[in-house]
Amino acid sequence: MKMPALDQAVLDRRAELASALRAIVGNAAVIDRPEALRVYESDGLTAYRQVPMLVALPATTAEVSAILALCSGRGVKVVPRGAGTSLSGGALPLGDGLLLGLAKFNRILDIDYANRCAVVQPGVTNLAITRAVEDAGFYYAPDPSSQIACTIGGNVAENSGGVHCLKYGVTTNNILGLEIVLMNGEMVRLGGKHWDAEGYDLMGVMAGSEGLLGVVTEVTVRLLRKPETARALLIGFPSAEAGGACVAEVIARGIIPAGMEMMDRPAIHAAEEFCGSGYPLDVEALLIVELDGNAVEVDEAIERVRAIAQETGAVSIRASASEAERLAFWAGRKAAFPAVGRISPDYYCMDGTIPRKRLPEVLRRMTEMSARHGLRLANVFHAGDGNLHPLILYDANTAGELETAEKFGAEILTLCVEVGGVLTGEHGVGVEKRDLMGTMFTEADLAQQQRLKCAFDPDGRLNPGKVFPVLHRCAELGRVHVHRGHVRFPDLPRF
Amino acid sequence: METALRPESEAQLRAVLAWALAESTPLEVAGRGTKRGLGRPGQYAHRVDTAALAGIMLYEPEELVLEAKAGTPLAAIEDAVAAKSQMLAFEPADWGRLYGAAAGAATIGGVIACNLSGPRRPTAGAARDHLLGFAAISGRAEAFKAGGRVVKNVTGYDLCKLLTGSHGTLAVLTSVTLKVLPTPETGATLVLDGLDDAAAIALLAEIAGAAIDGSGFAYLPAARGGAWRPPGLAPGVGAALIRLEGTRASVAERAKRLTATIGARAPLRTLDRDNSLALWRGIRDVEPFVAAAPDAALWRLSLPPDRGAAVVAAIAVQRPIEYFYDWAGGLVWLQTSAATDGGAAAIRAALADVGGHATLVRAPDALRGAVAVFEPQAPALARLTRRVKDSFDPRAVLNPGRMYAGV
Repeated sequence: MKMPALDQAVLDRRAELASALRAIVGNAAVIDRPEALRVYESDGLTAYRQVPMLVALPATTAEVSAILALCSGRGVKVVPRGAGTSLSGGALPLGDGLLLGLAKFNRILDIDYANRCAVVQPGVTNLAITRAVEDAGFYYAPDPSSQIACTIGGNVAENSGGVHCLKYGVTTNNILGLEIVLMNGEMVRLGGKHWDAEGYDLMGVMAGSEGLLGVVTEVTVRLLRKPETARALLIGFPSAEAGGACVAEVIARGIIPAGMEMMDRPAIHAAEEFCGSGYPLDVEALLIVELDGNAVEVDEAIERVRAIAQETGAVSIRASASEAERLAFWAGRKAAFPAVGRISPDYYCMDGTIPRKRLPEVLRRMTEMSARHGLRLANVFHAGDGNLHPLILYDANTAGELETAEKFGAEILTLCVEVGGVLTGEHGVGVEKRDLMGTMFTEADLAQQQRLKCAFDPDGRLNPGKVFPVLHRCAELGRVHVHRGHVRFPDLPRF
Repeated sequence: METALRPESEAQLRAVLAWALAESTPLEVAGRGTKRGLGRPGQYAHRVDTAALAGIMLYEPEELVLEAKAGTPLAAIEDAVAAKSQMLAFEPADWGRLYGAAAGAATIGGVIACNLSGPRRPTAGAARDHLLGFAAISGRAEAFKAGGRVVKNVTGYDLCKLLTGSHGTLAVLTSVTLKVLPTPETGATLVLDGLDDAAAIALLAEIAGAAIDGSGFAYLPAARGGAWRPPGLAPGVGAALIRLEGTRASVAERAKRLTATIGARAPLRTLDRDNSLALWRGIRDVEPFVAAAPDAALWRLSLPPDRGAAVVAAIAVQRPIEYFYDWAGGLVWLQTSAATDGGAAAIRAALADVGGHATLVRAPDALRGAVAVFEPQAPALARLTRRVKDSFDPRAVLNPGRMYAGV
């Protein structure tokens, strides 16, 4: 993975920069000792490692603003970081860059039940928001698997999802306002406690911008009332095709489940060995369908889904009769990654999204790839929204296996794009999928995205080397190509 | 003399924009031009519209996705999805009649460009939440696309959000890909008669935050709420309105529970499905203010829902107003005289303390030229907005000045 060349002039002035940072945030909040810096060398994608030049841990928006203005003035690159759980290398440090840790922004500032929202600092964990409001019967809907550790600021940067996205949306659908600081140090407020802030939807642009546009210093999230009841069905199928048909039919009949997750045989077996959730082991595909709402509608929907499962060839169907049983259904699925980690020294988690109906074909072709590369594969799938998480099993201690796994992964993602899907559903592009962007976008598409980056960060100092395969200078991107000689009024209908 | 151009292909549209770019000639950008009175009045030598770029390109009900050319009439899309018992869940509002256009004439591109959502917005999301992908031609006369056809996608910047609500100032949409959802099996509306503003908004906020899963929370005040009343509602009586949608059993169950919880606070009735449909369509399309009062200013306020009644009361002290509430108080439609500043100062002062914004949706040209149509922006945000505009449309050929001067 090629990263931007180190800037020796910046490295030569490292000590001077550390002093200037200490003047802003105090001694203890600047880290420059090699052993302490090593803590930050990677995020959740541990295949890539880079010790940052320096780390700063600001505690206020004013400090963030002063740091960014300082770095802007001195030509220093900055990488923002929440909890560092990114699975795509979005928070991978730069050897000549400052790592800006937002961990000290850990306070919930305002819980406003009357307007069903909360104002929180970006370092608050996803789950902590729900914990703070659950006694009053509310929750924050997006629930990425890392929710115990990942921060809301990182969720905004990655536009994180979870297993309940189909019904409740991802981060961008569940935030109302942001405070951000631009690379030049300017603070900008977007939205608030009201819906649909007018003007350009820059809050929507910030969501999923992977730390390239601005640093989030405050987030206003929507709170939802916890559904009165949730029940789940555990459905086994003799083939992925049958499971896929069931998913399509549920949606075709107008049911939007709170969650609809599928696992293939290797994932089922790994999860069952790990958790003992009572999964059937003689099936090729296992579906968990969760329905929520009031008891009357949930019971009704459970019966409708059960009937669809029978029609589409299910060989085993269980409906949760208690909350404990529902949670047991989920336990295996939620532990699928560590469960796979037990049966393989290493695994590489992919994150493409495909149109649901292409699932059987994609599974078949991935099985072929698996045989060709000689690496095993386990699949978990957010079936409701088409988000596929193939886990490629490999051993990093076997020479060449990591490279084979990466090649296999790139083939899977290219396949996702080929069938009408996308490279990443919720993990982000980061450094991991950066060089695959050309499979989905033309140069014109990417140039326009980079021009937007220029509007926020004209010198390209904020998290460079992520998302875009080729870095262009803003001056070059901004040049207008005019083709003179166009007829004054082209030959087309007027009215 | 304005020339109006109607390209019949993306290539023709691109040629028009290339010409405008070369000449630095500002273009008025439209779909079928039903909302030309929205925004700051501008002087454009030429107009380009997407009315001839029409047609549904792909509709896969089981994938919950529809792709259409930008000039496709919204009505055609709604008919197509209704045939499969599906809908655009954000309940796109039809504002055309506010400006004297025919009902149902709007294009999907115009709906997206203006981010028009209806009463279901608080629970189902806005237009911006349902745009999965698009193709467009920028002010640089370059074709580009973003997003995709799947609901979960974080590949590259989410330009879908940026283009939605950009009023044609960044790029001309040529096609859009939308998320569709199943139409609820049935719907009903509970009506509480006779509450005043403060009591009604407090009640709606309470219910919006309860596990009752409502999908519409509006209040039509007794007086000063416009003369419009749909079948089933009495004139001159304040009506708090709560919509329930879902399966028959679910709607019946929730109506029963709601009646048990709040039935004692005010006389409570249920509107049947047909009256309920007419009611929410009327609220969606701003029916109380469709008939243009001469020399009136129509404002749309988006604000924290629990402050709706207080803000309206503060404005009413300053000048005579007519108004109604949607989104449990988070959306206020307010009409007042266009005299002096059309209420701009009073309205924006009332919002300043609580947060939110006010848009001057309809007013005589002179007023829209004299006061800020869109909420004025803080300096750093205004500068960023201008840079974003420049990054898509460096020579300001697309609807320049429509949202803000110089943008």
